[in-house]
Amino acid sequence: MAGNNPNSTPMNLTLKVWRQKNANTPGQLVTYKVNEISPDMSFLEMFDVLNEDLLRQGQEPIAFDHDCREGICGMCSMYINGRAHGPEKGTTTCQLHMRKFKDGDTIVVEPWRANAFTVHKDLSVDRSALDRIQQAGGYVSVNTGGVPDANEIPIPKSIADKAFDAATCIQCGACVAACKNASAMLFLSAKVSQLAMLPQGKVERKTRVENMLAQHDAEGFGSCTNIGSCAAECPVGISLENIAMLNREYIMAKATSDNIG
Amino acid sequence: MSWFTKALSSTIGRKLLVAITGLFLCSFLVVHLIGNLQLFSNDEGVAFNAYTYFMTHNPLIRAMEIILLIGFVLHIYEAWTLSRRNQSARSVKYAVNKLEENSAWSSRNMGLLGTVIFIFLLVHLYNFYFKLKFGELGLDAAGNKNLYAITIEAFSHWWYVALYVISMIALALHLIHGFQSAFQTLGLNHKKYTPAIKAFGYFFSIVVCAGFAAMPLYFFFLY
Repeated sequence: MAGNNPNSTPMNLTLKVWRQKNANTPGQLVTYKVNEISPDMSFLEMFDVLNEDLLRQGQEPIAFDHDCREGICGMCSMYINGRAHGPEKGTTTCQLHMRKFKDGDTIVVEPWRANAFTVHKDLSVDRSALDRIQQAGGYVSVNTGGVPDANEIPIPKSIADKAFDAATCIQCGACVAACKNASAMLFLSAKVSQLAMLPQGKVERKTRVENMLAQHDAEGFGSCTNIGSCAAECPVGISLENIAMLNREYIMAKATSDNIG
Repeated sequence: MSWFTKALSSTIGRKLLVAITGLFLCSFLVVHLIGNLQLFSNDEGVAFNAYTYFMTHNPLIRAMEIILLIGFVLHIYEAWTLSRRNQSARSVKYAVNKLEENSAWSSRNMGLLGTVIFIFLLVHLYNFYFKLKFGELGLDAAGNKNLYAITIEAFSHWWYVALYVISMIALALHLIHGFQSAFQTLGLNHKKYTPAIKAFGYFFSIVVCAGFAAMPLYFFFLY
């Protein structure tokens, strides 16, 4: 890959990082120098080094979201040099290694941008709009009774695999961040298709897609124009086929559901 | 609002309308291209003018004309409404945004391409449709209004030919994204068919637009 730093020579980099005090104050890009960065560090570890420097200098460290640091939690949300989660395909920011950059590089780091998301502070972004979409129908209701036996409901392997692929969505919001329209359709479609494919989820499939899309629109996300930036930037490889399935689900639900309101 | 209008004003509903009207407009392109191929017949425009007479007098065609107008209006209105929504979904832009690394230029600029096509459409309608309906046209050997003569006149100007060719390039780019995108919007994405739909869309876009662009070029250079 271009820009790889194969040896382990430490790098000196220039960072332009978005600093913003809180949601109500305008922010700006601030330039920092980081020195002696090991190519084996992750992007977040590089930020840890920078924050320690800032603390030593008595400055406010940069706020950024992170948790598991192994690509599962979906918290780390940085727009790096114009790409969600940086230049490498199929990774989150925490899985991005500094060896993907060259000594002397200037790296611009911005928070996810969408009106449905709010910048808490610096690079830390409130993505609870995605939670509200999920809460609008991204579940299977089990109202009563004991736990059913495992494998009681037969599910073909191919369907189970597809549903699992959709279920790998970590709700990181990279699809929204990368989408020219700030649409959350890839996220929404992963959640809708995951459940619509499984017998347990089929029961509520119509109300689910109707309510979840209504919530998506109410949150102020844009609409999908089939550009494909979302799938290209998705760290877990959610496919555009899910958006086609979402469209099918929506058409079928609107045509046949009991909801006439 | 009823469930129906609500469904059609959601983000998915609106783009469904854009997709359906878009595919309908593609069917219009095919008819328009096949009919206009008569411009190439070497008969001083007799066949073309007879075809023009048929197209302006057949009641079925006249009814289709109204449906076609509704198709255009819906396609433009819904796409415009969605574009405005999409533009307002991100007020603070990125300082650095490299969308060219994850998506095709034409797919991100459908509005711009559509605007070029719309302006072309107005000029095109004024020069042919408007003149045919309300202008003073001579008659050809068979006694039909001589739209062929208007065509020859129009395409003798280099700037008019240039406008047509540029517009057809814009239309081709618009269709390359739009054709396959419409199927995705309709929920038709399957590993068996989608590669074929994409390939056909590409072929369709190039052939149709090259066919239209060939007409002004033919009259300018060869006639």
